[in-house]
Amino acid sequence: MYQFNFEPVFAAFDTLLIGAWFTIQMSCMAMLLGLAVSIFGAVGKTSGVRLLNVLVDIYVEIIRNTPFLVQIYFIFFGLPALGIRMSPNQAALLALTVNFGAYGTEIIRAGINSINRGQIEAAQAIGLSWLQVLRYVVIKPALRAVYPALTSQFIFLMLGSSVVSAISATDLTAAGNDLNSLTFASFEVYLVTTAIYLMMSIAFSIAFSVIGRTWFAYPVNR
Amino acid sequence: MNMVPTKPEPAMQAQTLPTIELQGLEKWYGAFQALKNVDLTVQSSEKIVICGPSGSGKSTLIRCINQLEEIQGGTIRVNGKALTNDPKSVRAVRREIGMVFQQFNLFPHMTILENCVLGPIKVGGVPRAEAEEVAHEYLKRVRIPEQANKYPAQLSGGQQQRVAIARALCMRPKVMLFDEPTSALDPEMVNEVLDTMIDLASDGMTMICVTHEMGFARKVADRVIFMDHGEIIEENDPEQFFEAPRHERTRGFLGQIA
Repeated sequence: MYQFNFEPVFAAFDTLLIGAWFTIQMSCMAMLLGLAVSIFGAVGKTSGVRLLNVLVDIYVEIIRNTPFLVQIYFIFFGLPALGIRMSPNQAALLALTVNFGAYGTEIIRAGINSINRGQIEAAQAIGLSWLQVLRYVVIKPALRAVYPALTSQFIFLMLGSSVVSAISATDLTAAGNDLNSLTFASFEVYLVTTAIYLMMSIAFSIAFSVIGRTWFAYPVNR
Repeated sequence: MNMVPTKPEPAMQAQTLPTIELQGLEKWYGAFQALKNVDLTVQSSEKIVICGPSGSGKSTLIRCINQLEEIQGGTIRVNGKALTNDPKSVRAVRREIGMVFQQFNLFPHMTILENCVLGPIKVGGVPRAEAEEVAHEYLKRVRIPEQANKYPAQLSGGQQQRVAIARALCMRPKVMLFDEPTSALDPEMVNEVLDTMIDLASDGMTMICVTHEMGFARKVADRVIFMDHGEIIEENDPEQFFEAPRHERTRGFLGQIA
């Protein structure tokens, strides 16, 4: 019978925590950057400008129809051929941002489309420009409408970020892999790693619901 | 003294220019013609009520005036200036024209006060403190000063529509357009909105109202316009319009809504 031995795992727990902290930082950064990309993408998609529409479509379709791991490989191993060299962590951040941006674009586009035409007309009627209408009248209710989808996409991003260990970025999964090859206590290492991911997900869910309740505190009827 | 008969000075002429002047307006939705050669002139301080069956083009007509709809033919002049499609001039015209919608269209994520100051601050460049002062003043005039910090969803329909009127007034428009402002309201709330509009009319605001509130039309309108199938069928003063409509279709319509 296999003897469980968590001692070496807990002895090196700090390396896992360092990895987890990196995962948190990288995910948050990718989310913020990706959110900006998403908003630009969604605005481009709903702008009615044909060229923008096509460009955003191409971006979204390429990213959403190819494996994330391959996207990372392309950025890290492929781009140096064009002279674009990045550290594993930089490549990981870029890959996550680009990936989140594509899914986020579609989510936020749905949010923008859910805004009643009358809202936009009322804003235009007081003389706001197209960008002002978006900024002051459309974006916030649009984000509110798709907030649950956006947060679950973020959790998905954070968990999916484990893939960046494949290019030896220094995230939680990479830390787990390193610890595993030192201790060979695979069950224990990955059980603890799993537990840390789970706790991070739960913590983010709670944080998002607090943020949501604060930022979208306004009441709506119907 | 030898008085030479003088021509009116240019400034005087400018004042007598009609506030709104529509000539030969044509509006198509694909193959459907929503407005057919519509002419309408509205002088400063005039109150016009437009009525007609649904689909007659009355909403389309006023939506063309502040360019929420593009026109395919004819010209629209506001204060003598012909409207163009240039985004800047579109916005400049919209600043002069307040609009109140059937569905209120208040911004749900902003308080009542924020709804009222958004335009003045972002479009008019008015400092916030001044914009808020003006907003409070207009909220008082539409008789809901105490609701300034609430959100639209916390107000009744009638209150929301009065806020919508205040929001439009905060831009200090020269004309107010009303697109069936009481049609989405519960019956008991119609009068509070109409009273607000009557107040506004008595202050001398130029108003074009699409409405079926005939009591309001009788009380306020200088002219009542009846539209059907995208055309102005009859244009008359309220008394004539209701007591002795000239046109068969007007009589039919009035018979139906009475």
